[in-house]
Amino acid sequence: MHSTGLNTNQIMRQVIYALALGVSASYIFFGWGIVIQILLGVVSALVIEATFVAMRGRPVLESISDGSAVLTAVLLAISIPSIAPWWIIVVGVAFAIIFGKQLYGGLGSNPFNPAMLGYAFLLISYPLQMTTWPVDFSAFSQAINIIFNALSFDGLSGATRLDEVKIGLSLGNNLASIQVHSISQAWINAGFLVGGIYLLARKVIFWHIPMAFISGIVVMALLVLIFDSQTHLPVQNHLMLGGTMLGAFFIATDPISASTTPKGRLIYGFLIGVLIVVIRNYGGYPDGIAFAVLLMNMTVPLIDQYTQPKVFGRS
Amino acid sequence: MNDYIKIAKNGLWTNNQALVALLGLCPLLAVTNNIVNAIGLGLATTFVLVASNVTVSIFRNQISKEVRIPIFVLLIASFVTIVELLMQSYFYDLYLILGIFVPLIVTNCAILARAEAFASKNSWDKSALDGLMMGIGFSLILILLGAMRELIGSGTLFDQSSLILGSLGDTLSVTVFNDYQGTLLAVLPPGAFIGLGLIVAVKNYFDLKKV
Repeated sequence: MHSTGLNTNQIMRQVIYALALGVSASYIFFGWGIVIQILLGVVSALVIEATFVAMRGRPVLESISDGSAVLTAVLLAISIPSIAPWWIIVVGVAFAIIFGKQLYGGLGSNPFNPAMLGYAFLLISYPLQMTTWPVDFSAFSQAINIIFNALSFDGLSGATRLDEVKIGLSLGNNLASIQVHSISQAWINAGFLVGGIYLLARKVIFWHIPMAFISGIVVMALLVLIFDSQTHLPVQNHLMLGGTMLGAFFIATDPISASTTPKGRLIYGFLIGVLIVVIRNYGGYPDGIAFAVLLMNMTVPLIDQYTQPKVFGRS
Repeated sequence: MNDYIKIAKNGLWTNNQALVALLGLCPLLAVTNNIVNAIGLGLATTFVLVASNVTVSIFRNQISKEVRIPIFVLLIASFVTIVELLMQSYFYDLYLILGIFVPLIVTNCAILARAEAFASKNSWDKSALDGLMMGIGFSLILILLGAMRELIGSGTLFDQSSLILGSLGDTLSVTVFNDYQGTLLAVLPPGAFIGLGLIVAVKNYFDLKKV
């Protein structure tokens, strides 16, 4: 990443700015939940990061001001349901920072994307809270009540579109009779897409991973459609549902846990896209971005080894 | 006397089979999702360790060097069969839960390692103590890991103790956190790996501090 000429803090800052559009879209459709989650996540991330860095005897200020803990918290807060109880984001951020980053030796040494590790931990550990999504706008006081007092409001929560599609298909319905579109999710994805293009324009991320990521989804989605178009989602729905754009531009592009060679980035991104479609179609969970990214994180050392660019002048 | 203290310390801490040798990981990771399973498997393993160590030590001069490993395995397998039949008749429910991991005690490297490394070279009394201490050291880690995973995973301790203690066990079961929905990951296999890693880290921390 140093070839972009930005330091860690500047990169993290740009990424957080670029997230603003997608977050606004989520706010417009689902209300204050996401704002509260982000604030909760950032505060707990700073406290946890500072505590652990101090315990490890490293300079605290330098570590919390590099913005990486904040970015992890923001990405995780965006990924979870915005009406999840307050402790979900706190526990998730704690797991992401302690087990995903500090235990490996801090920023730069973590083989896995910390935010996605936190997400996978939460999804496996608390499946009920992690699959209850908002379906309508909640005002500030409502969001506070849901998040802190565990009050539930009828008509405010439900499954996501991907979840509904999965359940519908498992009941034996075919796609024609299931609602496969979601206006709110399409707008949120569009918001992250524009934010991602901003990052590309500012040269904070390289084009390889997002492009390969999206091609992976398109190719794999088309492939499964050839075999059976009745029970598999059309390509455009794969792109505009769930966390596709957030994953393509903000999560898979994490400079630390992603592949670092140009050719490697293409392989890495493409296979994440393929895995996402496979998990969405055949897996037990409705969306698969976290698992796909974590699985590909494991293969990064291998990919990097075999895609080293040839040194000029040597055969 | 000094020898015996050294053997005990070796088994419980310095050369703890689960934490230092990292032997017997398969049962260690698979059955420690609560304390009761851990105690059950710990007791069974300890019994087999003591019995096999004593027999191997007594017959160490008769066993020819070339075929010692098959003979050790045969001896261990006999004791595992005894344990398995005993569990089947007295702790049937626990036997059903532990399932394949009781017969698999045969393949627990910790037992063969002690027979080969210790019992085949030492007198029977020392071997018995070694087996007992190695067994207790292994069991303690099983129980600690089981307690951690049960507490974090489902918020209880000693749940289903009646499997071992009969009706007395029901009074032992404690619900530590009321209204706790559980952290599933701790009960699932990743929880075992993370938990064991943390325990090994704590042991290493104490060892480093002493030096």
